[in-house]
Amino acid sequence: MAHVWRMIAQRLALGFLTLFVVSLLIFGATELLPGDFAEAILGQSATPETIAAIRRDLGLDLPFHTRYIGWLSNVLQGDFGKSLANQQPVIELISKRLGNTLFLALYAAAMAVPLALILGILAALFRNTVFDRMSNALALTSISFPEFFVAYILILWFAQTGYFPSIVRFSPGIGFGESLYRSFLPALTLTLVVTAHMMRMTRAALINLLASPYIEMARLKGMSPMRVILRHALPNALAPIINVVALNLAYLITGVVVVEVVFVYPGLGQLMVDSVSRRDIPVVQAVALIFASAYVLLNLTADVLSTLSNPRLMHRR
Amino acid sequence: MADQDNSQNRLLTIRNLWIEGQSEDKWSPIIKGVDLDLNRGEVLGLIGESGAGKSTLGLAAMGFTRDGCRISEGTVEFDGIDLRHAEPGERRALLGKRIAYVAQSAAASFNPAHKLIDQYSEAPVVHGVMSRQQAETDATSLYGQMQLPDPGQIGFRYPHQVSGGQLQRAMTAMAMSCRPDLIIFDEPTTALDVTTQIEVLAAIRTIVKEFNTAAIYITHDLAVVAQMADRIKVLLKGEEVEEADTRIMLSSPQKDYTKSLWAVRSYARAEQGDTDKGTPVVSVRNVTAGYGATTVLDDVSFDFYQGRTVAVVGESGSGKSTAARVITGLLPPSSGEVLFDGKPLPADYRSRHRDQLRQVQMIYQMADTALNPKLRLRELIGRPAQMYLGLKGKALDERVRELLSLIELEPDQYIDRLPSELSGGQKQRIGIARALAAEPKFIICDEVTSALDQLVAEGILRLLDNLQAEFNLGYMFITHDLATVRAIADDVVVMQRGKVVEQGRKAAMFQPPHHPYTELLLSSVPEMDPDWLSNLLEARAEAG
Amino acid sequence: MSILISIFWFAVAVVGAMALGWLFRAFVVAVSPQRQAQEMRTAPLTASFGLLVILIYVLVAALAPIIAPFGESEVVGGEFLPWDSTYLLGTDNLGRDMLTRMIYGARNTVGIAFTITALAFFVGTVLGLLAAVVGGWLDQVLSRSVDVLMAIPSLIFSLLLLTIFGTSVLSLVLVIATVDATRVFRLARSVAQGIVVMDYIEAARLRGEGKWWLITREILPNAMAPLVAEFGLRFCFVFLAISGLSFLGLGIQPPTADWGGMVRDNATLITFGDLTPFLPAGAIALLTVAVNFVVDWQLHKSSGLKE
Repeated sequence: MAHVWRMIAQRLALGFLTLFVVSLLIFGATELLPGDFAEAILGQSATPETIAAIRRDLGLDLPFHTRYIGWLSNVLQGDFGKSLANQQPVIELISKRLGNTLFLALYAAAMAVPLALILGILAALFRNTVFDRMSNALALTSISFPEFFVAYILILWFAQTGYFPSIVRFSPGIGFGESLYRSFLPALTLTLVVTAHMMRMTRAALINLLASPYIEMARLKGMSPMRVILRHALPNALAPIINVVALNLAYLITGVVVVEVVFVYPGLGQLMVDSVSRRDIPVVQAVALIFASAYVLLNLTADVLSTLSNPRLMHRR
Repeated sequence: MADQDNSQNRLLTIRNLWIEGQSEDKWSPIIKGVDLDLNRGEVLGLIGESGAGKSTLGLAAMGFTRDGCRISEGTVEFDGIDLRHAEPGERRALLGKRIAYVAQSAAASFNPAHKLIDQYSEAPVVHGVMSRQQAETDATSLYGQMQLPDPGQIGFRYPHQVSGGQLQRAMTAMAMSCRPDLIIFDEPTTALDVTTQIEVLAAIRTIVKEFNTAAIYITHDLAVVAQMADRIKVLLKGEEVEEADTRIMLSSPQKDYTKSLWAVRSYARAEQGDTDKGTPVVSVRNVTAGYGATTVLDDVSFDFYQGRTVAVVGESGSGKSTAARVITGLLPPSSGEVLFDGKPLPADYRSRHRDQLRQVQMIYQMADTALNPKLRLRELIGRPAQMYLGLKGKALDERVRELLSLIELEPDQYIDRLPSELSGGQKQRIGIARALAAEPKFIICDEVTSALDQLVAEGILRLLDNLQAEFNLGYMFITHDLATVRAIADDVVVMQRGKVVEQGRKAAMFQPPHHPYTELLLSSVPEMDPDWLSNLLEARAEAG
Repeated sequence: MSILISIFWFAVAVVGAMALGWLFRAFVVAVSPQRQAQEMRTAPLTASFGLLVILIYVLVAALAPIIAPFGESEVVGGEFLPWDSTYLLGTDNLGRDMLTRMIYGARNTVGIAFTITALAFFVGTVLGLLAAVVGGWLDQVLSRSVDVLMAIPSLIFSLLLLTIFGTSVLSLVLVIATVDATRVFRLARSVAQGIVVMDYIEAARLRGEGKWWLITREILPNAMAPLVAEFGLRFCFVFLAISGLSFLGLGIQPPTADWGGMVRDNATLITFGDLTPFLPAGAIALLTVAVNFVVDWQLHKSSGLKE
């Protein structure tokens, strides 16, 4: 077992190194800014004196590495600086919205993951039947739809008839059930978009395995099709399926941005879009860092889990 | 024969069986009206070349067809049950319980996610033959009978923790778990080295006798089937050629095809004398080489001469292919050197001259992966001539046609084909033509016949012999098959675990006294004599 | 009720699409030479429908100024006029002709997406093949840089870069092409690595062939099938990504006609039950579906799967 823990420790170390490089990239990207940060803040009204003042104020006259270390240590203490648009501390803008976005992503994942896995397994089990062809064509179609198209179709169907609200507003003190109800449509949109991908990839991973000699062996031992899939194919498909799920949960992170805009959902995605159009760099940096960290952590988790699911690595000669 | 036995004793009856396979949206027959009878406790050998339909027929005896195949006509009756029309559930109740299967590659056919014992006990428990506890006890005793080391514990390992020969025996034990009436053995020893093959064959034979199990033993190796089967059926392109008791079949085959199969083994070229060898064209001098920290070749030396063939023999892991990589410069040695015409060659092929590259050519084992599938033969063969000899236009075209004639392919018909439009033997011929196009002095042949059927392989060996005589080529012939050595070699080098254990003239190698490893290797090659395995096991038991 | 009606119309659309696919396939088989006809005859209906749709989009994009009834950003009447005989699809939020905007949208959105994909493909494939053939430090440097770039979700990375470079068409093209080239690099490298270990590459190296021959004659022809399929899939991703960005107001900027932006501008109509904003969204979806159908067919064919 020791070597497995060593592998996992190495993977974790690599993950944190990636996080570090990502933060460097996100901070360093502002260096590419035509002109510089100070001009971006002041815009047209800049005079050389005010620019110089702001530079000194923000420490822009210091060398890159000093500024980066300063920024990083602030970030680690939860200080992302101040918004350029309204001078509010970025952390205040983010904190409540982060919870909302997490809620939406988890909500969608809780619906999508079991649904996609079950559909994928069924499609592999009944491959080349009408069910398989139908679900494949439907999945292909729904992958092809832009998120906002799916979202507006759902609005047309459900919101028009008044079953579910098309604009999500959280008022303080609403219960968990009420929150689920109010954010049902955005969660459903994300579910539809992600499920199709995940189901197709699950099916492909399983079908790939069904051609292996050990699957033929199981069938020749008189095992039922269900047992062949669940006991013989699934344990070997775990690693690819874990990666499929991680990939799609990571996709949720990006999908959230568009969906939040359509449903006016008070989350990080909305904030990011608004900040990009205002070129509010500290906010964009902070949100990008959060999204990227979530993404890196997801991939890291998937890596560790698929290592643990591989008997060749767990039980060496 | 089978037909005279009373029906009480009959286990399996196949009548007029037709099986079709799907390719390019069309169905074409694989098995064309085959009959087969098998009595209880009897072993039938199914023999034929690739594409004969042996495996398809073996699986059909279980009422099973692979995806993309279907039974179109005929009956398969197992102990009074019509397998072709049985309900899926009814058929599943038989599979694993009364009819079991042993696959060619045990390493691929064991599920990597479960321990051996879990896979052993699956069939008995699911079919309700015994409890998990009973199955575990039973497994220990069967593993013991199969001569597996530490039978009480080996079941608790995962497949990747057990060696190939042991896995094959564990798979036979697994097939025995419900004490079936019939086992289908589908080339169970083809993937193994000769010395390992003996152990598996002996174990299979013992256990099949012990439980009086009927078996269908599928193989392409005549000598193997001679040891295992009571009766032999010969198949060719989905049709039966002939069938007879083993001894009769071996001593007096009736049909031409069968006779030609038997005759292949007798091919051997005229032996060359030892006179006037001159300077070696290629010499390997005290070479030690390896990958990273592992040493694969340990201080080996041998010489190759123009017009002579040196067979380098050894089992997998002996370092014979690594030696070829050192000579070609793909793997620079950590010490020692390679000489060409008495002068040292640069260790890395990238620092070799174009002319030095031209002089040493290589023919690969798998012609499928050795020919670029997107280039036509004109370019595949013409490229070396264009590069090394500067041929262009009409001269190049003529040279390619000449080379095609040399390898006995009609130029007009083949020059614009892609490799995918050729048979396996023809692809290997293209590999030879490509090597010849460079007009080399020395050619490395890496297991060039081991992926081919015997008749096709024999054609390739004859061609190589003729070309050697015509162009005075030096051959390094890498092989694990001693029959091939007998057929083609002048000199032999025997390798084991990276060392040369013995080398010399062929005639001397096949005469005692041998090095113990050569002895083991030689004695392990199955012979056509049906008593060979019994005699050998007896002799080895006596020797202790 | 509205759901049932939608499902009904969806079914009608599917049947109609398959019928069109059948007609188109019969037509192509009839007019093309032997070899292609054989190829086409085995195409599934979904794929031939996909080919037809792609053909129509290309024609519309190429002939936009000729077939469009009005100028691209010409204000022709009142805002949100309903469908009538002059303004076949009505007018938009600024009183521009919807049909004209749709036609020009085909040219702009599809054209830009295609440019980005081609650029990303060129850069990604060249670097990926080089990394696989040369190996060593070049491979290490390229692969580790791509690893880092891919550690950030593509939309987030694009948004970050767009904040910095602003939202002009040029920066849009460069930013998305950079982000996508990393994905193409990964694929091209892994496909080429599968080929590089083949014996025929070893034979070519031992023959003394240079890198140019190795890449163009030995590797590229054998990597074409997966790369072509990937081109189709990549195009879909890019197309959806820039539509998404335009929808967010961060992609192609007004007054250039663009389908994603058109959905955003006219979205208010949906609350009044007017389906016009669905047209540009549907146009995006239809093209993506079409490309996916064709790619699916090609993948299935090249994998040789006889499932």
